[in-house]
Parts: sequence; structure tokens; C-alpha cells
Amino acid sequence: MKWGVLQFPGSCDERDALNACQIAATALGSEGGSGSLPRLVWHEETDLSDVDGIVVPGGFSYGDYLRAGAIARFSPAMTAVAEFAAAGGPVLGICNGFQVLCESGLLPGALLTNEKTRFICRQGELIVGEAQSPFLSGYEAGQRISIPFKHQSGRFFAPADLLEEIESNNQVAFRYAPGQNPNGSLNDIAGVTNEAGNVIGLMPHPEHAVEAFAGSTDGLALFQGPAIAATGAVA
Amino acid sequence: MSEQSAQREDKGEQSAHRALGLTDREFDLICEKMGREPNGVELAMFSLLWSEHCAYKHSRKLLKKLPTEGPRVVMGPGENAGAVDIGNGFSVAFKVESHNHPSAVEPFQGAATGVGGILRDVIALGARPIAILDSLRFGEPDTERTHYLVDGVVRGIGHYGNSMGIPTVGGEIYFEPPYEQNPLVNAMCVGLARTDEMVRAAAAGAGNKVVLFGSLTGRDGIGGASVLASAELDEGDDAKRPTVQIGDPFEESKLLECCQELLAEDLLVSLQDLGAAGLTSSAGEMASAGGTGIDIDVGLVPLREADMEPFEIMVSESQERMLAVVEPGKVEQVLALCTKWQTASAVIGEVTDSGTFRILKDGETVGEIRVEDLVDGCPLYDLDPGDPGEWTYPNRETIPADASASDIALALLASPSIASKRWAFEQYDSIVGSRTAHRAGAADAAVLNIPESGRAIAVAIDGNGRRVACDPYQGTIEATLECAANLAVVGAEPLGVTNCLNFGNPEKPTVAWQLGRSIDGLAEACRALEAPVVGGNVSLYNETPQGPIYPTPVVGMVGELPDASRVAGEPWREGDAIALVGPFDPSLAGSELEKQRGQLGKGLPEFEIAPVRQAIELVREAVRSGSIRTATDVSDGGIATALAELAIGSGVGCDAHLTALLAKRDCSAEDALFGEGPGGFILAGEEAGLEKLGGRGVEIEVIGEVRGNEVIVTASDRRVEILVSEAEAAFESLEERIESDQAGITH
Repeated sequence: MKWGVLQFPGSCDERDALNACQIAATALGSEGGSGSLPRLVWHEETDLSDVDGIVVPGGFSYGDYLRAGAIARFSPAMTAVAEFAAAGGPVLGICNGFQVLCESGLLPGALLTNEKTRFICRQGELIVGEAQSPFLSGYEAGQRISIPFKHQSGRFFAPADLLEEIESNNQVAFRYAPGQNPNGSLNDIAGVTNEAGNVIGLMPHPEHAVEAFAGSTDGLALFQGPAIAATGAVA
Repeated sequence: MSEQSAQREDKGEQSAHRALGLTDREFDLICEKMGREPNGVELAMFSLLWSEHCAYKHSRKLLKKLPTEGPRVVMGPGENAGAVDIGNGFSVAFKVESHNHPSAVEPFQGAATGVGGILRDVIALGARPIAILDSLRFGEPDTERTHYLVDGVVRGIGHYGNSMGIPTVGGEIYFEPPYEQNPLVNAMCVGLARTDEMVRAAAAGAGNKVVLFGSLTGRDGIGGASVLASAELDEGDDAKRPTVQIGDPFEESKLLECCQELLAEDLLVSLQDLGAAGLTSSAGEMASAGGTGIDIDVGLVPLREADMEPFEIMVSESQERMLAVVEPGKVEQVLALCTKWQTASAVIGEVTDSGTFRILKDGETVGEIRVEDLVDGCPLYDLDPGDPGEWTYPNRETIPADASASDIALALLASPSIASKRWAFEQYDSIVGSRTAHRAGAADAAVLNIPESGRAIAVAIDGNGRRVACDPYQGTIEATLECAANLAVVGAEPLGVTNCLNFGNPEKPTVAWQLGRSIDGLAEACRALEAPVVGGNVSLYNETPQGPIYPTPVVGMVGELPDASRVAGEPWREGDAIALVGPFDPSLAGSELEKQRGQLGKGLPEFEIAPVRQAIELVREAVRSGSIRTATDVSDGGIATALAELAIGSGVGCDAHLTALLAKRDCSAEDALFGEGPGGFILAGEEAGLEKLGGRGVEIEVIGEVRGNEVIVTASDRRVEILVSEAEAAFESLEERIESDQAGITH
């Protein structure tokens, strides 16, 4: 499976995401030559026909000016991503990418400034939710995983009726482990999916938990999820 | 006063050059070199390049003493940053720089642009920044001013580094009264480059075009270098706030990617960042380094404000700008790449063979200076050092003389300079870039994976100003050895050194003496470690009406290690043996405890460097061999503090006995528990592994065992006996103290 990783002016974690996609593919034994190597997708590109999955990476697209993710959603590449998602293509948004997907309306809810208004960066734990998504096929619901948190605007918010809908539709992909909510997110929500489950976004950074030296490899399964779901491969 | 200056005074013209920071003698020299009086544009340019900040006129002679050569040096002092070879065709470039006075006046923007500036120095070499470290100094954390400064500086560093996607992997923060009005903000950047793709800053090839790209040029930061960085701080500095630059990390992020792509496409002859003194410095130094001349037409510079004067354009310190020399045939491609990255760009001039720096406005000459006069013409001064003979800084008692050893231990763990800085470091992205194998703690170095070379590098930054104040020579040697010790505990060997010398007014004898002795110490230590100084920065005039700061040489060191997975960073475990290693001879002189007792005085005990170096090498080998689990050097607060910190890190206590050390060193129980000095390491692991380290000419002694939930350290009749949980509460107490009244501070 070939990944495309979006690159906006101001993206920061796009190379990390690219690296994670590569490691995930190699671990599944599907590196299969240069044709399936993950690639960066420049924000002005509109042709995504060569990729099988999209990562909208972390960082500060357009300097987070106006509002995190608010400008990037208007990029030509995001129009293409919306079409890609509508056709059922797997789309993963991490941190700023999650914010962009929420701004685009591809995911429900919004991300507000952390309760303490400061940037935080620390290793933390998530509980895998009940959501039905190919991205979660390498995890068990209820599984506890260790993933770094790092963001300044990560407080998940949705109006009461929407929040109720997200919960009742089982769209919660990840929650912060009890006592570890770093930003004041409602219902400890760290990540959600769309109704169909092919679009997922989370504030923590799975791409920084794919190599042993980082202290955890719990993020790897997220990048392997769609391939596992598609082929029935075992993680 | 010369005849000329007397005449000028008669005419009431004396204020122009003086207001810009030039002495009458310097002004006369400029007139002599030019054969006439400079016009306004020229005077503004001279005043900046002849400022302390740009010309190093009070330090350059002393800096020549530093060892700068070694087999691994790729670029040494004089380039935008230094660089050392790390093998397989790659180099690391690194430099530390101060942004003290801007941060004193406007902490958020001052610190942010400090980070932005040092990043650009490394970017200008063609390297991609891979790590930031910061060395910060504030007054005691009990005043509103300190809270304001800490809050702004920490946010500013995070804002810039995080937004750029460069991890902040380490640093240190000390709190001492002499920094109350004049905080120190030193930022170090480490970058990675292919050695054969690195660029120099020398202009070359008459007829080549000069391209300015990045942010628009505005009125911000005009006179920053001369007004802020080359004079003492005094009352009314709020009025200088407009001289502080404003940072935009989004612009710099685009600039970084744009530079990387320009260099990868081989489109540039040379590259230089714009920092202090803006275009004047960048273009002048490019021409000077290349032995060329340069023409700049200010009418071609993309401006933020339309009506800027030529002198303003030449000295503006607007951030996020770069200057490149480009062959005429490649200009179009360069401008196109800038457009791709949505960054402004324009051809603003040309390299010439005239040896002259010519400023034009829409084709008409408005200033003309020989490059040599501007860049190298500033007189270099000899200092007039005077040993003050006594302790010249205030003393304040904060621990009662009769406190028990346990109470002292808790007080030291809670002391701001020792206590955990997690609350600050968690505001920095320390992992972006996927290289951070180990974030630096209080007593070690950060480790970064370099798959490109198949190895890893370690980086550390250190400098205890209090100890340097006690003895500038010994204290600076200690700071350098401490850096090497911090590298050793992660298994790394020094490759090169950068430094930032933060001192008071060098025209005063005591400060001159401190500066001279400190540089002697740095030179001595670097020679002993065979670690060349490849770059650095000098920040003088760090003083206020309350007096000078502690003399604070901040030493940054880069080392290499074969395997990032062996950094001895594991917590110790129940049953591990604990050993004290090295020629450590503890003394309360200059220690944290002596400070808290209000008994600081002049002088530090003498020691030999060679045995310390031997101990450093033994620890390095032990860590690399994997035979030990935990390693730390004994630093602020002495052995008891080091043991308590290890206990806090693991949640398991210890029982250690220092009675043998007392006999061996003939020191007091308090010296043994809380004394400081170079050459001490605590190692922990299986006893067999520790025993293997014996017989190699380095003192090693098992002093205790890891066990229980208490930290127990016994030295003769004094005993520290505290719960690990108590120790942890003390160690983590600073956050609350710092944040107690921040609710009302907003940005």
C-alpha cells in the first residue's frame, strides 16, 4: 500500500510521517519496490491517483494563522483529499492534520487551545476506542498504548448534541487514559473517525512511536491498519 | 579630545556618532580612513559594524588564545557556525548565541528571535537544524519580574522552535540574584549537512547577483545590535522595546525549506543570514570574506513600509531574511523557487571587484565605504584587568546554619537551580524530526540518532556562573569538563565546542579580569580534552545599575557515540550496587549550599585536569560497554543530591555510606554530602559490572546499594534520611513557585 503525506508551508512532522509509513510497510513485508514508497504530496497537487492512503501530518500549516488548520483546508490538495475520502480512501490526520480535517468538515468537532494555554510535549497513554475503522484493525478495543502528546491546540470540543452523536455512533477512536487528559478535551477524546470509519484524526503523534529508540512502537499499528484490513495480514 | 572632535563639539555635532555608540576617537579614525566625514547612511553602517556586538573589539584579542583546530574540524570560527565531521560524508554544524538584552526588554520576542537567529546561522551553512538547546539565567523566582521573564522566555523559545519543527532537546536554567534585571538567554542550534554541500558566506565572482529573500524589510529592530547589545541596561529600557525584533517562525520555516531546495539544486554561490546589523553586516561580511566589493540598491529591497530611508533599510534587523550570491544564469530559477515557497525575493545588487561597499538608491550612490574599513577597520582594544581581591557579589542566607542534613538535602532539591525544570521543558517539542533517542536531563546530554552516518551524536550545554564568579579560571575549566562529563554518561566523546561568553562591562577592571581568566580556562580545558572551539559568541555589557551579572561562559559541546541504544539512561533498580568514580574532592566552596548559607566567597579549590579526563574516559567506556545501568556526574548539590535525583527518577531509594570518602579526602561530613567540584560520577548497576571498572587507574568505590523507599546517605555523624516521595515533592516544587502569580500575565 502506497501512502501520500501532505506537505503545506509550515508542516513540521511530514518527514516523520513519511518515515512511519515506510517502517510500517517494511514491517508488513510489503515494501515491494519504489512504486510503493510513500511520497510527499505538495499542497498544490490535485492528482492523488497513485496513492492508496493519505496522511495529513502535524505541524503549523500556514503558521496556524487565523486558526489552526483554517487556511490549509482551502489548499488544492485538500479538495482532492475530500474526494479521495468520499470515495472511501483511508485518510489519517495527526495533530495539525486532525485540525485540518475538522476544519474541512471531514471529521466532526473542533480543536481548541489547551486548557492551560501552553504547548505540552510528553509521553502519555491512550485507550483504543470502539470505533469501527480500518486504521484500528491492528489494535483491540480497550487496549492501552503509549504515544507522545505534543500540541498547543488539542482540546477536543463538540456541541452537546454532536458529542452525543459521536459517542452513540461509536466514532471515538482514542481516549486519553484516565487522569492523563493533557488539554481539557471533552470526554477525554484524543481521536475520532468519520461515520464511515475511513477518515481518522488524533491529536497525539503515532508517527513518533514507531521505532524502539523512541521508547514505544505502539503507533506502528495505526499506519498498518488499512493494509491489515485490506489483506487480512497479521500485525 | 582631538582637534577635529573639539571643532565638532563647537558646532554642536558631537551627538550623532556618540548617540550611535561610537567614541570620538573611533569617529576620527573613520574620518581618517575615508578621507572625509561619513554621511548619515555611512555613519549608521559604521556604528553597527564597529559596535561591540559585531566587531568584538574588547574580546577579539583574547579569543585568539582558544584552540580552534583539530582533525574533525570542517568549519571553524569566522563562519556562520562551526562544523565537525561525523563520518560517511556528513557534518554537524553548531553554534550558541545570546539574545540577552532583547529578552530583558521583551522576553517573548527576545527569546523567540534568539532561537530564530541561531537557526538561520546553521541554515546559512546549508545544514538542516536538528536540535535546539537553551541556557537560561534568571533572578530568584520570587519576584514578579522573574515570573514575567521566565514565562515570556520559555513561551518564546517554544513558540519559535515548535513552530519550526526543530526539537528542543536540552538545556539548563539557573536562578541567581545577579541575573534579576539582566537575564541570559543563550540558544544553541545543531544542524546536519552533507559535508560537500555546505556553503560558505564568502561572496565571489564579480558580476554575480545578490539576491535577498525571506520576509519583507521593515523598521523593526533598527539599531538592535548597537543600542541593545553593546551597552549596559538601565532605567527606561522599556523605551527600547521598538528595537527588539519580532519573529515569525512560519516565514523561517518556509525559508529553511527554500534554502534546502536551493542548495540541493546547486543554485547558490554563497549564502548568508541577516542578523544583527541586517544588510550592512551580511553584505559587508560576504564581501570581506570573498575579498570583493558589493553594490546594493536599497530601491530594490522589498519593503514592508514604503517610505523607509536608505539608512533604515541598510540597518533594519527584520527577521527571517537571507542573502545569496547567485550566478546571473541561475537567478530566474532561484526566484522561481522562492515563489514556490511563498517567500519574497529580489535581486538587490551585484558583486564587484572594487573592494568597495556601495549603497545606491534607484541607481544613485548614497554611500560608499571600503569593505576593509567597515568590516576590519574597527580598533581592537586591550583590556585593563584588575583582580578585585574579594567577593563582589551579594550574599543572602536562606538555610539556617543549624539545619539537619535531611533538611539541607530537601532544601537543595527544592532550590530553583537544582529543582526539576520539567514544567519548562514540556513546553518544548523535543521529538519532532524522529532523531531524539534521549532528551537531556539535568545531568547528562541529549542523544540524537544519525542514521545518515550510522552513528549518533550527543549534545550538552553548561555553565555555572556562580562558580565562575568564585574563580573565573577554574570555574570555566569546570564548566567545560562538566560538558564532557555529561557527554560521557551517555557514552559520547567530544568532537567540538562552541561557547557564549556572557560578561559585564569589559571596560571595568573586574569584568576585564573575569573575561581574561575565563578565556584562559576555556582554552586550557579544550586543549586538555582535545576538543577544538569551532565557533561562538561574546555578549558583553550585561550589567545594570545594580551591578554586573555573574561572569557566565556557557559551553556547548557536541560529541559522538557508536550506539544510541546504550546511553545508561535507565533508572536504577532494587539491588543495584552504587559506585562513586573519579578523583572527586568535594568542597563547599562555591556550592549551592554555601550560596544558601549566604557564605559565598572568592576562590575554588585547585585540581588537576588529567585525572578528571581519565575518569571521564572510563565512564564513557563503561557506558558504551553496557556494563552499567545508570550513570550521572556529581554536580550542583553534591553526592546527596545526585543520589536523591536518581532515586526520584526510579522511585527506588538507596543506602549509601561516604565515611570512607571522608578519610580519603580528609574532608568534613558536610563536604562529602553536599560538596561540589569536578571529577565525580555515580554509577549504578550489577556489582560485577562495576567491579570490572577497577584497576584502570581511576578511583572507584562501591558506596552503597539501591533499595527501599528512602534516600539514606551517611557521612560519619551526619545522615540524610528522607523518603523518596518527600524528595520528589521538593524536586517538583518549582513549577508552582514560578507559576503562582502568572494568571494576570498575558501575551
